[in-house]
Amino acid sequence: MTGGAEAVTATREVATHCPYCALQCGMTLRATPEGKTEVLARQFPTNRGGLCQKGWTAAELLDHPERLTAPLIREGNTLRPATWEEALDKVADTIKRIQDEHGRDAVSIFGGGGLTNEKAYALGKFARVGLRTKNIDYNGRFCMSSAAAAGMKAFGVDRGLPFPLSDIGEADTLLLVGANVAETMPPFARYLTEQKQRGGTLIVIDPRLTTTARQATLHLQPTPGTDLALANALLHIALSEGWIDKDYIAARTTGFAEVRRTVASYWPARVERMTGVPVADLEAAARALACGGKTIILTARGAEQHSKGVDTVTAYINLALALGLPGRPGSGYGCLTGQGNGQGGREHGQKADQLPGYRKIDDPAARAHVAAVWGVDPDELPGPGPSAYELLDSLGTAGGPKAMLVFGSNPVVSAPRAAHIEERIKSLDLLVVADFVLSETAALADVVLPTAQWAEEDGTMTNLEGRVLRRHALREPPPGVRTDLAVIAELASRLGTGDRFTTEPRAVFEELRRASAGGTADYAGVTWERVDAEDGVFWPCPSVDQPGTPRLFADTFATPDGLARFLPVEHRPAAEEVDAEYPLYLTTGRVLAQYQSGAQTRRIGSLRKAAPNAFVEMHPDLAARLGVEHGDEVVVTSRRGQMRAPARLTETIRPDTVFAPFHWGGAARANSLTSDALDPTSRMPEFKVCAVKVEAA
Amino acid sequence: MKVVIVGYGMAGSRLAAELRDRGTDMKITVLGAEQHRAYNRIMLSSVLAGKVGERDVEITEAAGHGIDLRPGVTVTAVDRAARKLTTADGEQIEYDHLVLATGSRALVPPLAGLDTTNLPERVAVFRTLDDCRRILATADGARTALVLGGGLLGLEAARGLAARGLDVQVVHAVGHLMERQLDPGASAVLVRTLAGLGITAHLDAMASSVTAGPDSVTLGLAGGRELTADLLVVACGVRPETEMARAAGLAVERGIVVDDRMRTSDPAISAIGDCAQHDGVVSGLVAPAWEQARIVARVLAGVDPTARYRPLPVVTRLKAAGIDLAAMGAPAPEGAVAEELSFADPARGTYAKLTIVDERLTGAIMLGDNPAIGTVIQLFDRGAPVPIDRRALLLGRAIGGGAATPAESPALMPDAVTVCQCNTVTKGALAPGWRSGARPAQAVAAAPGATPGCGTCRDAVEGIVEWLSTVDSTEVAA
Repeated sequence: MTGGAEAVTATREVATHCPYCALQCGMTLRATPEGKTEVLARQFPTNRGGLCQKGWTAAELLDHPERLTAPLIREGNTLRPATWEEALDKVADTIKRIQDEHGRDAVSIFGGGGLTNEKAYALGKFARVGLRTKNIDYNGRFCMSSAAAAGMKAFGVDRGLPFPLSDIGEADTLLLVGANVAETMPPFARYLTEQKQRGGTLIVIDPRLTTTARQATLHLQPTPGTDLALANALLHIALSEGWIDKDYIAARTTGFAEVRRTVASYWPARVERMTGVPVADLEAAARALACGGKTIILTARGAEQHSKGVDTVTAYINLALALGLPGRPGSGYGCLTGQGNGQGGREHGQKADQLPGYRKIDDPAARAHVAAVWGVDPDELPGPGPSAYELLDSLGTAGGPKAMLVFGSNPVVSAPRAAHIEERIKSLDLLVVADFVLSETAALADVVLPTAQWAEEDGTMTNLEGRVLRRHALREPPPGVRTDLAVIAELASRLGTGDRFTTEPRAVFEELRRASAGGTADYAGVTWERVDAEDGVFWPCPSVDQPGTPRLFADTFATPDGLARFLPVEHRPAAEEVDAEYPLYLTTGRVLAQYQSGAQTRRIGSLRKAAPNAFVEMHPDLAARLGVEHGDEVVVTSRRGQMRAPARLTETIRPDTVFAPFHWGGAARANSLTSDALDPTSRMPEFKVCAVKVEAA
Repeated sequence: MKVVIVGYGMAGSRLAAELRDRGTDMKITVLGAEQHRAYNRIMLSSVLAGKVGERDVEITEAAGHGIDLRPGVTVTAVDRAARKLTTADGEQIEYDHLVLATGSRALVPPLAGLDTTNLPERVAVFRTLDDCRRILATADGARTALVLGGGLLGLEAARGLAARGLDVQVVHAVGHLMERQLDPGASAVLVRTLAGLGITAHLDAMASSVTAGPDSVTLGLAGGRELTADLLVVACGVRPETEMARAAGLAVERGIVVDDRMRTSDPAISAIGDCAQHDGVVSGLVAPAWEQARIVARVLAGVDPTARYRPLPVVTRLKAAGIDLAAMGAPAPEGAVAEELSFADPARGTYAKLTIVDERLTGAIMLGDNPAIGTVIQLFDRGAPVPIDRRALLLGRAIGGGAATPAESPALMPDAVTVCQCNTVTKGALAPGWRSGARPAQAVAAAPGATPGCGTCRDAVEGIVEWLSTVDSTEVAA
């Protein structure tokens, strides 16, 4: 192995993608003769040369002083450096002991939506073939699962955007539901600007007047937890006004009659009272959606991170179907995937109920196909395991896992009801964390394995459009650092299945192609060469001589009969509504300069300067009643815990609601407050609404 | 347990659905007098307007899942001792618990020449889908219509008929419209608004007689004036349907008297919706009826035996093309220290009056363009404190000001203002690039990293660069 940055003697460049969000902006990485790594903008169809501050500064973490360059092993209250041999032996030996004593399921894996397709695939395979445990899930459960489940039900397939991003800039009417793209994926806002310049209408549904909502033609500001009722009212109005597409409904869908009868009970005045959105605004929104020509409806976490997230997304899909949008050129429904590989990460088997190619693990045909690729007996594959929160909640309990291996995730900060989850994680006999910095979760580990960063690895990512992209390594990992694939292969080898795993990402991808062949997310025809040559390839792509599929649903849906499904959905209250003791809604979210649990972005100087700490956003009227001024420390309390941060006063939020970003740990951890109520289908926790009280600290 | 629900209107159908969703072992029978599937009465004015068909007002059926749904069945008697019902066909149906959701019937005032039990052709009440059919049958080919009654229901009927292109006259006995909800000022603005929609209101006009002929109907007013039209809709309010309850010996006042669990004077019988009288009030609205259904379902299903009905604040809403009216609450009680806020722009049809006691909204009337209407309704509904700056409720949006604000003048913008959100570049950070000679705007912005993110700030950056050029040239000149 060569020696990292110092070994570079001449300028070297690679065309790759940003390590952060699902937009996966194209960027050029340049290694200078002085040993620096520079980020340059790159023209790519998604970001068209734009990058946000996170992207520009992404390389600062490569040679960061806090980067881990040796494995760590816990000794009492401290973590001491160790050799790879010692660390891997310790992990493997402890896994063997725990599985001998408590069974195979006593060891679990927690993955992440930022891992490459190759890594997500290898992790899923390692769980089923190496550890033979059913207990694997990942943080994408906290991200995409509600939209994924709703998409599967309605369309028979879950691809975030069933059309390319470029369609969005050309939409006459664009509806964003709970999406603050101006902060979460800033270069996406180019499409909003383009859409506006073309004279389009932008409607934003958000309880806050966010940076994105400020750009809207029409901003609907509902009470948190009422997005579903709002969608049903929009469909009610479209029906009453005769704006639905009857021919489309007859030719391409089933189940409309029951949805029609359901939304008949969501007359605008009733929903106005539930949501606080004026009837006139509901009518204006419905008119723009129905009568605007090309219309696109997009949901994101604001609508999805609820205990009724699947039903809420379904309500917006019902609206889109009734207006005849999915499959119509330039129109449609989509969801904005969040994490870098949130799309690919949910397709290839790191999900508890899933095998590669978006196959179901309880489907005998799927098991047979994948077992053949893996060279194992289908009967040896474990069945479905519990979802992310349920898995974390069961750690260290009588019937729960005694060990967990964490890759690319920081659940101590990002899980709901985080203080409880932290306790569960602490109760494990063995916690192994593979990461490149000492995240809050890594700090609790028994063994920490330092892993390579994005600029040091080859592989593929699948962005929010379902476009498979190539990540190119610029340099070797620094000495003492190994790739996640190497970690998996080394552990497998110590556990006796080393022959089935490889450290080579291209070899893993070739196997992934075979494993996904014939599945819903079919990558069989995708090659690394094609990805480079064609600016990415959209799945499904069943063979090398076929083009990818940028636009789905033109002629048929992926359901058995080819028709899209209308499914009636009813509003129900949030799992926890406000009351006299906890009189305010809390909603959580993101700020531009930080990413997810902040483990990476909080360590970058300019991002820390832009967003130095957590805060509690509240309306000046609420602050006045609490006797709090801008910048005063406040304590926010829910039934599950507390957080402490300075108050930030703004008139852009409802006076009955406070907002806190979730990127910070410790006393400022917003997820200490959040609710662990789960969606019955997707098992998505209710991050976006719970009841709290706020006091001056 | 055998539960029988009599009535399949808004209240009865909701109760059936609530019981079904709770998935208990109850055997539920629903008897509805009307022949139709369950439908949404709220939407009938849209049917009248011709905007939707009958199918479009159907609501979710509770049928299936152990629910025996029997439309077109009239109950004639209740034998409380034997816990049995008798239907018009003579069938006997046993119950362990009976829920009366019999609703109300339209009230037809005694007018000379009008047989209230057998309305002539061209005269109709407006309450059920069948009433709608009757009105539509006559309205087809009609050019003018009279509506007797200027309350909410009468105005709903009037705007429905006006939407069909009919010339509509509303006859109201009181000096202002919707007198239970509005004050005279609001009524005056509403009369003007209605006039713009082709609806004329006759106030202080007491009807005295009806003369219905084959081609027209004439309404005689006290004082001798007569109004003639092709059609007359009588919308003079409703009476709770209590006959069967009274005959069975239940306590009945204006409605069937119920307690906080919606139990009548017989604990084996509950009543909900328009027919029920709780704490002296017969509500006649959907929201309370549905809440009552929810309470009964929770109690009967054993989910929450302690559930009690607490009356909801009443919000009256009239919203149709050209009309946007909300009324809620009441004037401040005697002796209370009340704030009254008002705004009126009669020429544009806008009127708002809010009553605030102890930082809470106790009443509001809003007519016309009131962007804060959703917030006002929620503040009233939830008893939440009103904004410190009350103007937020009367003018503009209550929360957060308007949408996108136009770019501020670069000269007035403080240096610390963030120009490029994507890369957190302030106005101040742009000046060094300019001063060091960078041109054009793109180059000025490039150094600190502005504009190559989402591109949204391009205009702002160009504006600042232009301003810098002016400032600098002034400096040079000085």
